[in-house]
Amino acid sequence: MTVLLDAPVEKDTQVAGLLRLATAGSVDDGKSTLVGRLLYDTKSVLADQFEAVERHSRDRGLEQADLALLTDGLRSEREQGITIDVAYRYFATPRRRFILADTPGHVQYTRNMVTGASTAELAVILVDARKGLAEQTRRHTAVSALLRVPRVLLAVNKMDLVGFDKDRFAEIEADFAAYAGALGVEHFQALPVSALRGDNVVEPSADLAWFDGPTLLEFLENVPVETERRPDGRFPVQYVIRDQATDYRGYAGTVVSGHLEVGDPVVVLPSGQRSTIAGIDLLGRAAGRAVAGQAATLLLADELDVSRGDLIAPADAAPAAVQDVVATVCHLSERPLHVGDRVLLKHTTRTVKAIVKEISAKLDISDPLGAGSAAQTAAAADAAEADEFNWDDAAPAAHSLNANDIGRVVLRTASPILLEPYAADRETGSFLLIDPASGDTLTAGMSGDPLGVFE
Amino acid sequence: MSTLTHDESAPSRTHLRTLEAEAVHIIREVAAEFERPVLLFSGGKDSIVMLHLALKAFAPAPLPFGLLHVDTGHNFPEVLAIRDRTVAEHGLRLHVAHVQDYIDDGRLVERSDGTRNPLQTVPLLDAIGANKFDAVFGGGRRDEEKARAKERVFSLRDDFGQWDPKRQRPELWRLYNGRHRPGEHVRVFPLSNWTELDVWQYIAEQRIELPEIYFAHEREVFARGGMWLAPGEWGGPRAGETLQSRLVRYRTVGDMSCTGAVDSEAADIAAVIEEITASRITERGASRADDKLSEAAMEDRKKEGYF
Repeated sequence: MTVLLDAPVEKDTQVAGLLRLATAGSVDDGKSTLVGRLLYDTKSVLADQFEAVERHSRDRGLEQADLALLTDGLRSEREQGITIDVAYRYFATPRRRFILADTPGHVQYTRNMVTGASTAELAVILVDARKGLAEQTRRHTAVSALLRVPRVLLAVNKMDLVGFDKDRFAEIEADFAAYAGALGVEHFQALPVSALRGDNVVEPSADLAWFDGPTLLEFLENVPVETERRPDGRFPVQYVIRDQATDYRGYAGTVVSGHLEVGDPVVVLPSGQRSTIAGIDLLGRAAGRAVAGQAATLLLADELDVSRGDLIAPADAAPAAVQDVVATVCHLSERPLHVGDRVLLKHTTRTVKAIVKEISAKLDISDPLGAGSAAQTAAAADAAEADEFNWDDAAPAAHSLNANDIGRVVLRTASPILLEPYAADRETGSFLLIDPASGDTLTAGMSGDPLGVFE
Repeated sequence: MSTLTHDESAPSRTHLRTLEAEAVHIIREVAAEFERPVLLFSGGKDSIVMLHLALKAFAPAPLPFGLLHVDTGHNFPEVLAIRDRTVAEHGLRLHVAHVQDYIDDGRLVERSDGTRNPLQTVPLLDAIGANKFDAVFGGGRRDEEKARAKERVFSLRDDFGQWDPKRQRPELWRLYNGRHRPGEHVRVFPLSNWTELDVWQYIAEQRIELPEIYFAHEREVFARGGMWLAPGEWGGPRAGETLQSRLVRYRTVGDMSCTGAVDSEAADIAAVIEEITASRITERGASRADDKLSEAAMEDRKKEGYF
């Protein structure tokens, strides 16, 4: 095993070859056009798809192909002319593969935005250069901040309609920096584009010669993907692999964060049994180390009682088991969530019973800082006080949450879970609430206070 | 293989590790949370890749579930051969539902155009019901078609196998919800995030064996609906359609009556990848007549329980 310990991490275990990004927007801010433009200009739209779009554009009396039709998949959407669900798009350049979660931007589709943002490594937020930061921009930024999407790209669109004005771009960028900063967004970049004309999307634009940053596609190709936000390994056991023929007993799962190495002393939670990693299989190949994102099988030095739902973590950096959960949630289901509801809570590979003890506040996600103007936003950035935030505490009767509501809930679980603060770890900090009767997914939960608004 | 690793036009191959890990995670979730999963296996490239991933997910232990094939009776013999060889090699359990049985005893009626793809739905649902399968792995990918772009990885089907786009459950993080009521089942798509090119790159990297009809070969074909169809037990050519010998290959493998060949000189995996990279037509557009029927054709068939 010592030989394996010294083995370098192989290049092919890095995950930077793929970027997951989410876009949110509504019909009129040009989001579908931008996505259509990216697909078209990267030659991800093939001849037959484009012919279909041209044909349907003509049927509707449009003179040129409406690129938005490339992305509006379901018939009801085509009829209404709006995007009502999350659609996934795939495109590639010689540098990278992209998975784009394309979500609607209206407030009644906040849940779709939350869904798309939950797996995104980059959020692309569109703003109309004529309008500047709109309510919708604020909402998308707040959702991205709440879901802790690591990076945010602000695409200042329709630059052609403001005469490619450098000062207008700078003004919007500054407004956004203040607002995003107040929400705790660490990494953001602003780019001027015109999705309709294609300026600075894939090709640089002569009209934006004053802009010395990358094109939107160059940015997407080069933005770093964080593969490891912290070193502490977290390995929820998915499945126990037993093979009688070879006397094999391994614990299969995905390393959800950090890394684990052969020889590491580990603890199995919540039981607290200790052992050492005796071997790591990466899909049939022995390895010395497994890193976040990899599907692996761990072999332990001791025969322990380990089953699905247990967590294997470094003995000296293990999380505490909890039964009382305070979380920020987005309610997803048409069935409201009430205080007293008995639900199932799914966290990593563990599902436990839980009861909703308290629903204490709702957040106005379109205006989480309670600041409508740019000046107030800048002021809010300076003031880190909790009471600057726009929790609707004035209405203590918040005993239920409806679809698309963002709220603060307190839960009690029937047995311990290894939940960590979402702000520290998106994987071990997230959970779902499930209706035990219908099986439907009710609520998306983020442990603690990802927006920093509780205390 | 050397041409592949030196191909500057292809994206970095590290994305295959991400897609592979995601698919394995999904497959293991299903094995852990469902009573009776089954993997749809046709011998086509997507189901072969899915099976390859499933075998890796549980190695060195045997696959903890069996395979199901809906045989239209018009399958390519080369494909059935690889299906049976794969089953024997890995000691797998294979359940076959025959569309022909349903036509023979009158439960289904042959369509005038000879196409049997739409007829697969009833035998599929019967097999799911009779065997009490509660999770059915399919090789569908979201890049195939617009309606599929919104399909979930875990897709809940009611007692009639129907898909209701409005009842879809949101999927967040790595948390898949497979809860279902008795009689309902869940279709699971581990390759949701893969593209046709990813599948081929993975086949090349892992040296996975495919039916030879995926590679260029001389074949007697005739033109119908803008595609090259091969004659067989299913019928064709009709009066006015003439046979000719062409160098062709198949990009998808389904029912012979509606799966068209494309003109191609791509005789090996490297050449196929080169061809796909340069191609300006999607694989469904090139080779599936049934999807062209209407803009919403796929959405309609999915609602009725089709894959």
